Amino acid sequence: MRNAAFGLVAVLMCGTVLAKEGGGADWKSWHADNDIANKESLQRGARNFVNYCLGCHSLQYMRYNRLAMDLGLTEEQLKDNLMFGGQRPFDVIKTAMPAADAQNWFGKEPPDLSLIGRARGTDYLYQFLKTFYLDPERPTGVNNLALENAAMPQVLADLQGTQKAIFVLEKKNEGNGEQMVRVFDHFEQVSPGRMNAAEFDGFVRDTVNFLDYVGEPIRAKRESLGLWVVLFLLVFTGFAWALKKEIWKDVH
Amino acid sequence: MIAAESSRTRADFWKSQLTEYYAPKNFNIWYYFGSLALLVLVIQIVTGIFLTMNYKPSEAEAFGSVEYIMREVEWGWLIRYIHSTGASAFFIVVYLHMVRALLYGSYKNPRELLWIIGMLIYVSLMAEAFFGYVLPWGNMSFWGAQVIVSLFGAIPGIGPDLVEWIRGDYSISDITLNRFFALHVAALPLVLILLVVVHLTALHEVGSNNPDGVEIKKHKDSKGKPLDGIAFHPYYTYKDLVGVGVFLILFCGVIFFAPTLGGLFLEHPNFEPANALNTPEHIAPVWYFTPYYAILRAVPDKLTGAALMGAAVLLFFFLPWLDRSPVKSIRYRGWLFKLFLGAFIVAFLGLGYLGLQPAQGSYVIAARVLAVVYFAFFLLMPWYTRVDKTKPVPDRVTYHA
Repeated sequence: MRNAAFGLVAVLMCGTVLAKEGGGADWKSWHADNDIANKESLQRGARNFVNYCLGCHSLQYMRYNRLAMDLGLTEEQLKDNLMFGGQRPFDVIKTAMPAADAQNWFGKEPPDLSLIGRARGTDYLYQFLKTFYLDPERPTGVNNLALENAAMPQVLADLQGTQKAIFVLEKKNEGNGEQMVRVFDHFEQVSPGRMNAAEFDGFVRDTVNFLDYVGEPIRAKRESLGLWVVLFLLVFTGFAWALKKEIWKDVH
Repeated sequence: MIAAESSRTRADFWKSQLTEYYAPKNFNIWYYFGSLALLVLVIQIVTGIFLTMNYKPSEAEAFGSVEYIMREVEWGWLIRYIHSTGASAFFIVVYLHMVRALLYGSYKNPRELLWIIGMLIYVSLMAEAFFGYVLPWGNMSFWGAQVIVSLFGAIPGIGPDLVEWIRGDYSISDITLNRFFALHVAALPLVLILLVVVHLTALHEVGSNNPDGVEIKKHKDSKGKPLDGIAFHPYYTYKDLVGVGVFLILFCGVIFFAPTLGGLFLEHPNFEPANALNTPEHIAPVWYFTPYYAILRAVPDKLTGAALMGAAVLLFFFLPWLDRSPVKSIRYRGWLFKLFLGAFIVAFLGLGYLGLQPAQGSYVIAARVLAVVYFAFFLLMPWYTRVDKTKPVPDRVTYHA
């Protein structure tokens, strides 16, 4: 119900908001549009992950050498570009941050991201990584539209820059009479990052694509194999049908 | 001597069960789902055995061991997807098998016992599926178990103690997971196999019903073979093979191209490990339980809701005696029965949809309306089947080669 109301407000305001600097009113309809068949994107995503995520998040169900195999990397390329902490290729991808410290620093242990793409969906991850905004009331100095009061700081601020979220008060009826509700309107860039908006979108898309792949590394093989299985079954069923017709000839 | 004896017995067995078991020749598409249910049972048992080789039934290891199967065990992902898709496929074919019985009055005299054994299989299957759903130890496994087990707490007096007895702990825990594993891989499969054998024996005793609802045993030739009957083997074995082919195409379509079926067969929150401190936004069972779940939530009082949910399942058992119609098949029944059966199927599907949605606002109202329709199908059945106008039933089955 609330989502529907929000969507309506967002749609109504779209025309005026898009003209404003920053935009973002339509953030709930942003799509990751990633493609796990795109190996280069996956390689960039893996690079992004080890540089920006692995400091805190593990992929405890993913091994380095599996990654190299699926992403088309040699062991040398793997060691030179993705392994920085003296791990062995068959190790699972674990953060160096001790859980107890994480608990102290962030109030909770950063979740393992092996299955985050399957649990939350890629669009959510894309929206989450793009909708950090400054909020002096939070211990990290930032808040997030997709995950309110997120414990995670804005790790990608250096690339994206920082932005302010502008909220407006809307009259809304949520079953208990009309009330004034704070509704997100648009973002305003505060400081620029090293990337422009399009570059940053690409960066986030690659990272989400990588996490999507990590959620189910077998997916590409599953789908290509499935084609042959279904093809075989079509032929099998054709023969079975012909056989049935032959056997049933004498039933009147 | 003994060997000859036993081989004769074996030959007799196959004769009586296949080549000299005569089934009506006018089976239509609805008659594929019995053999398909048997196929899925075998698939589940075989894949289940292989999953058990690598699964660890403990709080600490269960979730990780499933991911181990998905990523590290050779073909583990395929075996797991076959098993998880098989669970849903089982309910799809069983529900269609049951619709067939409703359409053609297969539960009516002389097949009351056959129907009751079938219903026992259905109830056992629900238990089997529930225990199995807990094993991956995802967050929905945990909270689903929490909600379902807590329903027993609504029973006055013994409720709280009963819940503790089922869980073996004060909450869903390692101990609960362990015993659910035992029930899922040993106790209930044994019950299911036994009941299926009894179901088939009972079927072969009375013989199959058919879309016309006429008894083929009334007209036999001089050798005692029913005139409208054909040997199960080779006729129906080869016909069912076509059904198996079509089924496997759809089944493999899901396994290879949409194993989660958009969160319907494998729910998204179940890709997060069980967490007692983090309740999923909406707790919903897997789709095959949602009609009953919607009935449960449609009632504000927990005990009444749980009782109605139980009644919704139990009422099926009484169908043979609730139905007072002189004819079996829908082909020769009047509009009143067709109306009630149609409304019932719409209500069942509608409740199934509502059970997946959050229980709020208009959804609850809709669930109440549909629950009334659901119960009206059973409770008003003695009336509408008696007053309903029926058409004359032919003496022999209708069949056009």
